[in-house]
Amino acid sequence: MRHCLIEVSHLSTRFGDHVVHRDISLSIDRGEVLSLVGGSGSGKTTLLRQMMGLETPSAGEVKVFGVSLQHSDAEEIRRIRNRWGVLFQQGALFSALSVYDNIALPLRELGSLDEDLIRELVLLKLEMVGIEAAHAAKMPADLSGGMVKRVALARALALEPELLFLDEPTAGLDPDRSESFVRLIETLRRELELTVVMVTHDLDTLIALSSRVAVLCDQRIVAIGALAEVVKNSHRFISNFFQGERGKRALQAVAEALVR
Amino acid sequence: MAERVTTPRLNPQLRRQTGPEGREWVELSGPWILRAIETRFAEFREQLADCARNGDRHWDLSGVTRLDHAGAMLLWRAWGGRRAAHLTLRPEHESLFATLGAPPPEDRRRAPDWRDPFVASGKRLLAFIDHAAGFVNLVGRVAIDTGGLLRRPRDIPWLEISASIYRTGAQALGITALVGFLVGVVLSYLSSQQLKSFGADIFIVNLLGVSVIRELGPVLAAVLVAGRSGSAMTAQLGVMRVTEELDAMTVMGIPHTVRLILPKVVALAVSMPLLVAWTDTVALIGGMMAAKWELGLPYSHFLARLPEAVPIANLWLGLGKSVVFGMLVAFIACHFGLRIEPNTESLGAGTTESVVTAITMVIVVDAVFAVMFSDVGSFG
Repeated sequence: MRHCLIEVSHLSTRFGDHVVHRDISLSIDRGEVLSLVGGSGSGKTTLLRQMMGLETPSAGEVKVFGVSLQHSDAEEIRRIRNRWGVLFQQGALFSALSVYDNIALPLRELGSLDEDLIRELVLLKLEMVGIEAAHAAKMPADLSGGMVKRVALARALALEPELLFLDEPTAGLDPDRSESFVRLIETLRRELELTVVMVTHDLDTLIALSSRVAVLCDQRIVAIGALAEVVKNSHRFISNFFQGERGKRALQAVAEALVR
Repeated sequence: MAERVTTPRLNPQLRRQTGPEGREWVELSGPWILRAIETRFAEFREQLADCARNGDRHWDLSGVTRLDHAGAMLLWRAWGGRRAAHLTLRPEHESLFATLGAPPPEDRRRAPDWRDPFVASGKRLLAFIDHAAGFVNLVGRVAIDTGGLLRRPRDIPWLEISASIYRTGAQALGITALVGFLVGVVLSYLSSQQLKSFGADIFIVNLLGVSVIRELGPVLAAVLVAGRSGSAMTAQLGVMRVTEELDAMTVMGIPHTVRLILPKVVALAVSMPLLVAWTDTVALIGGMMAAKWELGLPYSHFLARLPEAVPIANLWLGLGKSVVFGMLVAFIACHFGLRIEPNTESLGAGTTESVVTAITMVIVVDAVFAVMFSDVGSFG
């Protein structure tokens, strides 16, 4: 039996006269890592935001954990909201709160845990993302870009979610940091058995993490499947994206690693 | 394991078992994850602590379907920060406990010290000195840059100046008129009642004229502009600092004193006296109308008597003050705007502080003017 965590059916999005998505259907199973790929303005981030319930599509339905985000009452949606975590592109840490309070906030919002347990959980989450406890009292403004992402990831994981949304997880990180961040996500994903949906431009991230890739172009999904299959597709965007100089290099590296 | 995806009922269970030969063990089953234990957290904590009191008890966790860090942490704490002596665990849950260590030491709050109030007030004094120094620094920089501009008149930011005049002056006409008119009416109405009882009706013109033109008009307009335009200036500069726009200007070689601060200072120095003249006029019209209702004083009489009741020096004094108020409000707004830290709270606090300081300083400076010019425009 397949466990479908997210089901997008016949989704269309229009901003005024501008059509972003036309009749998109897509499903994401438990345990997989789906990457949304597409050119700028192809509506990847919009689709991701629709899956999180931050935006409402013009037509069609999005179901997460079997609950329709369009046709359910607020209480039901509130219940499933605690089951996913989101890593925003800029981290979206609350700038008025310290690192510690940022991570403790969702736990405190539950209203039933005692402060000692919260403290231990926060310190554990910080350790999981590789941030020393000494940084817990710092304010987000005093952190480097890489640390902001790590703290944001710790906050996204605070409520032990089953589903994780990543919006450009490695954007704005240097190659070294970006690689270690990807490794961190991969480790945590395996440990915590997360299902991941992400939007990314970065080929290395894409190759390292995703089990399936969906390519958005011309308002629809032009290809979806394992990376190896998608790469063979002859659509012009895909060939530009993967068969370009950068794409070839990245794929080459993967192939070599596989041979070894 | 049959697992339904649609919000399954989560039912973590804890049972105490006693074997035939008196052996006791604790059996945990179901999902022990945050979402499941969160609703019955206090109850589980009690029960687990109770079970853990007997250190020899066997813990059987093989029935636990799902376990996460929160669940593991809860058990770990019940066991006193270490692994239970007798424990049966599913192999896939082993790693959750591997990372848990001894409970971290309590963070000790620093005991209050008798020196704390002195340290705090000292810090406040230092912060005040810092603000004063920063303010003088800013005024000096703008003065130097203005000197430079006079040699290169082509670089004067006329467009920014005229845009600022429009925003701070023309767009403030409505609110200053409303407030001025109402204050004029109220003042005139209350004074008329007092003057009537002395039969000194005609002195309403002196009273209104001097108080409005010399004091109320400039101060009212300055307070309104500080709240309206000063806050906007602080927020604008603050956001530009947060988004690194100021740094972008600096690297392009555009000094922000010339492009951002000078236009605001010049604009308020120009628009404030105009606004004051406008507020004075409307307030006097309001007072004149109230005097007519209350005392039956004809308009022509009021207007004819105004020039002799109020020496013209009072008008110049009021307008001159307002130029100073305008520049003061702009400088204070910019000073606080440039000090905003890159976080949301600082933006709010900085804007509030800017408006409060600007209004306070306007009133302080007004008092200084009142003492300095006490001999000017007297009507004895």
